[in-house]
Amino acid sequence: MASGTRRSGLGWLWLPLVLCAAFLYLPILVLVVMSFNGGGSAYSWDGFSLRWYDELLHDDVLLESVVTSLGIAAGATVIATVLGTLLAVGLARHTRSRLLEAAAMAPAILPDLVLAIGLLSFFYAAGIPKSAGTVLLAHAAFGTAFVVAVVRSRLAGSDAALEEASRDLGAGALSTFVLITLPSIAPAVVAGALLVFTLSLDEFVIAYFTAGPTTKTLPITVYSMVRTGVTPEINALATVLVVVSVVVVVVAARAIRPKEKS
Amino acid sequence: MTTTKQHGGIGARLRRGVEPAVLLGPGLLFYAVLVAVPVLLVTGYMFATRGRFGGVEWELGLDNFTRVTDSVYLEVFRESLGLALLATLLALLIGYPTAYAIAKLPPRWRTVALVLVVVPFWTNFLIRVYAWIVLLNSQGLLNDLLVGIGVTDDRFTLLYTPGAVVVGLVYSYLPLMILPLYAAIEKVDDDLLEASADLGAGRVRTFLGVQLPLTLPGVVTGSILVFVPSLGNFVVPELLGGGKTVMVGNLIRDQFLKAQDWPFGSVLAMMVVVLLVLLFLGQAWVTRRVEGGARG
Amino acid sequence: MTTLLEVQEVSRSFGDVRALDDVSLSIAENEFFALLGPSGCGKTTLLRSIAGFEHPDSGAVLLGGADLLALPPNKRPVNLMFQSYALFPHLSVAANIAYGLKRERLAKAEIAQRVAEVLDTVGLGAMAERRPAQLSGGQRQRVALARAIVKRPRLLLLDEPLSALDRKVRAEMQLELKRLQHEVGITFVVVTHDQEEAMSMADRIAVLAAGRVQQVATPLELYRQPANLFVADFIGTSNLLPGPGDGEHLVVRPEAVRLVAPGEGRLEGTVADTQFQGGTSSVAVDVPGRERPFLVTLPGATEAVRGTSVGLAWEDAVVVREGLA
Repeated sequence: MASGTRRSGLGWLWLPLVLCAAFLYLPILVLVVMSFNGGGSAYSWDGFSLRWYDELLHDDVLLESVVTSLGIAAGATVIATVLGTLLAVGLARHTRSRLLEAAAMAPAILPDLVLAIGLLSFFYAAGIPKSAGTVLLAHAAFGTAFVVAVVRSRLAGSDAALEEASRDLGAGALSTFVLITLPSIAPAVVAGALLVFTLSLDEFVIAYFTAGPTTKTLPITVYSMVRTGVTPEINALATVLVVVSVVVVVVAARAIRPKEKS
Repeated sequence: MTTTKQHGGIGARLRRGVEPAVLLGPGLLFYAVLVAVPVLLVTGYMFATRGRFGGVEWELGLDNFTRVTDSVYLEVFRESLGLALLATLLALLIGYPTAYAIAKLPPRWRTVALVLVVVPFWTNFLIRVYAWIVLLNSQGLLNDLLVGIGVTDDRFTLLYTPGAVVVGLVYSYLPLMILPLYAAIEKVDDDLLEASADLGAGRVRTFLGVQLPLTLPGVVTGSILVFVPSLGNFVVPELLGGGKTVMVGNLIRDQFLKAQDWPFGSVLAMMVVVLLVLLFLGQAWVTRRVEGGARG
Repeated sequence: MTTLLEVQEVSRSFGDVRALDDVSLSIAENEFFALLGPSGCGKTTLLRSIAGFEHPDSGAVLLGGADLLALPPNKRPVNLMFQSYALFPHLSVAANIAYGLKRERLAKAEIAQRVAEVLDTVGLGAMAERRPAQLSGGQRQRVALARAIVKRPRLLLLDEPLSALDRKVRAEMQLELKRLQHEVGITFVVVTHDQEEAMSMADRIAVLAAGRVQQVATPLELYRQPANLFVADFIGTSNLLPGPGDGEHLVVRPEAVRLVAPGEGRLEGTVADTQFQGGTSSVAVDVPGRERPFLVTLPGATEAVRGTSVGLAWEDAVVVREGLA
């Protein structure tokens, strides 16, 4: 099934693989190394130091934006997971319409800039002042699409027999959903929630358009930092974020593993 | 004596409708308000005019559309398309061999490799762009390297050029090219490749005649996943292009947040969306052709 | 026999396809009833309509005189054994069986007792704490059965209950099901496409094709007096000859045929193959003008030799009309 596994090794393909790996990781490695660079300049080594991490911990603005981002991510995740799971189950069990399915995942496919200006226009037209709340709603909106995608694909293989059996044995719709449906999609729901949480933390464009003047999410703060100053704090921040990403990806990869059909 | 009573009647039918309504209702309502309405609003804006103090005035007309045909904007659009296409092509050239290599790794290593591909993608986008600012800077490492090897004597600025923008775009979205390509390559049945060899085709011919066509849907998916965000991007052109390279994304951003000409910005944004829709239709067509086989 | 279930002119269409076309039949208390037919004939749709997972476009279904269709599936005193068993993978065998009883809000003690009882009845007492994934196909089927029976429904529906089992287990289970039905005293309605299965298990069979009931009768009646060509061809083996009248066919069963000297029978042909099967022999005779060989079943061993000419004679034959009801 897998391409070329019968044939011997990679041959010349090692080259592009290594080059690609270098391309992907070199910039990150540079930042990581530089984060321990005692000197201010990014271009000369001044001894090993943790001072930038120290400054990071004391940067109130930055820390506040981390808290803001976490709060928004948490809120968006809750909304997106609940709505997305319900939507995915509804799509799997109650519709045959391709259009509806596509519409449910549309926000994930539209370019973020388009969603951003749309939401900006909407909040303006509705007279809703921009704030952390509007960012939360915006993130929940496109986050839902991702949850739908993940949970829907988990449901794609299974048929409704288990749920019908539950109904046949006397359970109402709600009991069936809680006792039978949810346990069977639990890994996908968790994966979806994790996905939304991470996306929200990292999301810049939509937040940029829908945030109030005082709302600073982490990406927005980083954006200002990159544009204006060159404090090496960013390198320390980058390193921390890389480590967090690695952890998240590994955990998610385990959780998403598809269920083996017995 | 038979009755032709309707099964349970209206009551039963209504009760059956409760479950789908509860499942689909909240989500769709949420979407209707936060996605459908915004999109409709923007569509409507296309025909409106800018408000005097920002916002929108509902004087309808087609002025915005005629403005778009102004050569300045067309130029920006053309450059954006060019850069996005170039980024996509480069991503493809780098991504295909990489995906192929991963597909040939032993199974345990494959998962590791895929995780390694995904990790940079999950690192904050802005941080990654920043990394390239550092690398490409005229005092930067890349320059040091090139001078060190002797490729060039000058310290030239790699930063703030269209090239830097392309590199930034490729870097940002390369994982999105690799993953679908990997999936498509992995699906190709080894038997087909061996059959091709058995029938006398050399490696190149087998690749061009069997592997490439069969992995075409993956190529298309990956290309779209790179092209779309590249086209609508404004962060990369701004940070790595230094304002000298203006892409559609920058234009749209400026219309909405600086020039406050929302109607015009809406037209620009919708052009991108239309392009997107056409691309998706094209992708569906390609996938059907390749997988439909005899029917196509 | 008192009537338990009455199906009255039930119809259901899916788009252009008429899955059920004015189907009417009645099933008696304590009967072992079979819905038999080829795939696509509507038998599964009918079964699921009774269970509550399909909703007829028109017609009525009465259980003990009461309107069944007005009730949602979880409120019907009817239980379904799914073709795929549909055992809850995250629950143990005992928990699976107890599931239906818990929905009735019975006392814990009573639930435990009934679960233990039914596990004994199906012979799985030792498996109570296992998970479905740890059981064999036959064991899983018995759990599915137990789970439905424990609720003491008035009607038990079984969707192709034996299709997933291998041959040896299947034969055992046929006997098991019959025994169980008598012991537990519940009306069974089985859906199957396997006519041998239906014939050996059921008290009465409804043969369906293209969404319509072709005939409802006991196995013997179906065999001896098929209502039309379809039933005659579907049930058992038959030799079909063009019939006396227009649109009529003659059905000759293999065991009704005798081999005689060429010229002395109604038909003549060449022996193509003989098989000794212990108690009987099967002889296939090529008759000119017939595509399929004429099949003859003879008691004991036969002296017929391949290649020789023989005559075919019979007394019993049935005339059936062509086409479907």
